[in-house]
Amino acid sequence: MSLTRQDVEKIAHLARLSITEAEMPVYVSSLSSIVDFVAELSRAETGSVEPMAHPLDGQRQRLRADEVTETDQREKYQANAPSVQAGLYVVPRVIE
Amino acid sequence: MLHNLSIGALADRLAARQISSVELTRHFLARIERFNPSLNALITLTAEQALASAAAADRRLTAGERGRLLGIPLIHKDIFCTDGVRTSCGSRILDNFIAPYDATVVTRLKAAGAVMLGKANMDEFAMGSSNETSFYGPVRNPWDTTRVPGGSSGGSAAAMGARLASFCTGTDTGGSIRQPAALTGVTGIKPTYGRVSRYGMVAFASSLDQAGVLARTAADAAAVLKVMAGFDPKDSTSVDAPVPDYPALLEEPLKGLRIGLLREFFDGLEARNAALIEEALGVFRSLGADTMEVSLPHLPLSVPTYYVVAPAECSSNLSRFDGVRYGYRCAQPKDLIDLYRRSRGEGFGAEVKRRIMTGTYVLSAGYYDAYYLKAQKVRRLITDDFRAAYQKVDLLIGPTTPTPAFAIGAKIDDPVTMYLNDIYTIGANLAGLPGMSVPCGFIDGLPMGLQMIGPHFSEARLLGAAHQFQRATRWHEQIPGGYE
Repeated sequence: MSLTRQDVEKIAHLARLSITEAEMPVYVSSLSSIVDFVAELSRAETGSVEPMAHPLDGQRQRLRADEVTETDQREKYQANAPSVQAGLYVVPRVIE
Repeated sequence: MLHNLSIGALADRLAARQISSVELTRHFLARIERFNPSLNALITLTAEQALASAAAADRRLTAGERGRLLGIPLIHKDIFCTDGVRTSCGSRILDNFIAPYDATVVTRLKAAGAVMLGKANMDEFAMGSSNETSFYGPVRNPWDTTRVPGGSSGGSAAAMGARLASFCTGTDTGGSIRQPAALTGVTGIKPTYGRVSRYGMVAFASSLDQAGVLARTAADAAAVLKVMAGFDPKDSTSVDAPVPDYPALLEEPLKGLRIGLLREFFDGLEARNAALIEEALGVFRSLGADTMEVSLPHLPLSVPTYYVVAPAECSSNLSRFDGVRYGYRCAQPKDLIDLYRRSRGEGFGAEVKRRIMTGTYVLSAGYYDAYYLKAQKVRRLITDDFRAAYQKVDLLIGPTTPTPAFAIGAKIDDPVTMYLNDIYTIGANLAGLPGMSVPCGFIDGLPMGLQMIGPHFSEARLLGAAHQFQRATRWHEQIPGGYE
């Protein structure tokens, strides 16, 4: 196993994912096999190769004019929220 | 029967008022009612809205308006936001999500008068190659309902294979249009990255995702793509370039077209699969094309490259699902961290969590250079291989998949084996190239696909080659038994 249970617990915490006791050994094993599989990349000779983040070279991110284009649709958007009060999203108390 | 007619033939009949869009819509709704219970190809049926849009299309037709898609029924993959209609992305976390706006693809097809019948099942967040990761259960392949239809656009593919709509939309991040199209005997095209707007399409891996079409034929796909493609200021990676008139270019002669066989795709290829590709090449040669072998030495690294890049992007994209603004929220969270962790842990399925964690790992301190940066460099090597190949050939050809459709349950417990299904399709996504799959024969009674990959923005060439191949062959006309 290239990843330990502690590794997976740390990753799950960083990703804000709860993992059940029953799921944990499955993830330790499957994530280890994925990490081993992608380690094949280390064989490739990539010395001076420029990393590629975007498939179309030379394409620039556009900036739009700083003008208001959206209308206020708060009620429509908040209709999907699990908990809303007075137009605000409600979460458990953060500051005591 | 209406479900076996091309979009062109249906448009002619609608224009001549020999049939109405309402009649056509009812025909497909009846097929969905009859066949969907065994296929599970749809997550949401929008029958009432469909009949209302069909009636509206009929009014436009009666008023003299004409258009290839005016009054033509389709099914959208449930990854496209549809204003007022649930958009689940195959996930529990979005099971209660009513999209508050339309994706640009939806807006464009709506404006053209196409009639949405419903939303297609899919692998959760498009992560899967078998449509078994959906919260709504697996989709079944109409050719053999014990087998998968492929994924992630498995619902769209099964619906096309069973002729439940005139066409379906799909998305392709690593093969999610081409692989299921191949396994269900239909035609699928993934356009060039940036050709079709991603606005309102739930993001999986933003540098790879691209929307496309699953259809009966290349000619039908050309008619649909013409409407879907084009610049959209709402998508910052949308390409501002004119859209060719794809249907008008289908007959461009193939004489002298240089077709490259991807040597790497034939290494270890099963003999019957290789024979089908050879036979297809013979067809292209008889149409005047020249064929030659080409090598892309870094292509065998495309699967490990993809399974670093795609999970990295997904771990970032899916951080938006927080149980606060929309989607599933766990019961009685004890604090904010607990709310995040359990909403996500309970809302996402096993494969999505696996990809988020893979992505988190390869982006984390100490591993970024070894995995993510390395993969981005190999991605460039693969892209450069394609660029070099297109100096010599006009398009590349090979199989779409290593095998025909496999049994439901056969690979779901072994992620790496499942990932290797995409071995032939992933390269096009990494390089942002357009790719197509067209039916090219059968193995053990199950359909197989021929894949074509072209240079950036060569969709017209791919569609033309596919169309002329389909005029010379009958594979695309085969329909699974019981669905005639």
